[in-house]
Amino acid sequence: MYLVQFLLLSSILFCIGVYGVLARRNAVLVLMSIELILNAVNINLIAFGAFNRNPEAALNAAVSGEVFALFIIAVAAAEVGVGLAMVLTIYRNRKSIDLHEVDLLKG
Amino acid sequence: MSLVSTVLLGAALAQNIFFYIIATIMVIAALRVVTSNNIVHAALYLVVVLAGVAAQFVLLGAEFVGVTQVLVYIGAVIVLFLFGIMLTRAKVGAEDRLNHENRVPAIMTGLLLLAVMAYSVIDYAEGQEIAVLGDVQPTTVEQVSDAVFSTYIVAFEAISVLLLAALIGAIVVARKE
Repeated sequence: MYLVQFLLLSSILFCIGVYGVLARRNAVLVLMSIELILNAVNINLIAFGAFNRNPEAALNAAVSGEVFALFIIAVAAAEVGVGLAMVLTIYRNRKSIDLHEVDLLKG
Repeated sequence: MSLVSTVLLGAALAQNIFFYIIATIMVIAALRVVTSNNIVHAALYLVVVLAGVAAQFVLLGAEFVGVTQVLVYIGAVIVLFLFGIMLTRAKVGAEDRLNHENRVPAIMTGLLLLAVMAYSVIDYAEGQEIAVLGDVQPTTVEQVSDAVFSTYIVAFEAISVLLLAALIGAIVVARKE
């Protein structure tokens, strides 16, 4: 397997996620697109770790990549929790989660 | 050619075949996530993408992260998303107000970003091989836990506090007065 396979797959997923964030107007779908972006980054980390695998070193690069990916998974879980709580509050106050209608701060 | 090298070649071929099958499924499912007009279908396509990511982790020898991906994402995050969808949506089925009216700039941004990233990635990593076969051992859970609780202990504690803060924050924000 080549490193470039994984990097290209991750780039494609990242760009699909960016498109989703820009093109969707439902807040839950925007959060889903953010998950796509975070997973693309995780593929990159694991692929670079496996690429620089060095079992003799005191700190194996493959292990470092996996630990970083685990941290990102934890942060993503926290982000989804807070994000969905905010979406619920917006829905309760405005009866809609259309991002076009969230414009209280607009002059 | 010895038997061992023949077996290794076959395994390398199988790895590549599995990579491309899983990658194709993932890209198609990801496109459906961002284009589907039914929000529940989008969440279910997201499950396919996340399972594919877990499969790629296993393919790269990161079994523990793959299992964590299944547990945390497919087990918890997707359920959270489905809860969010059901709590914020009145009608069931396809909706026509999920997309921005003017999607051309978003498509242009995505394609431009993909072109730049693909060019630089290919320029950097062309022909560099990942060694995952033969005497290369996948990382064990023991190695991962050793790293988490020694080298990365400060980051681990910070993540713990962050999760606690997010838990309390989510309850406070979503609570009815």
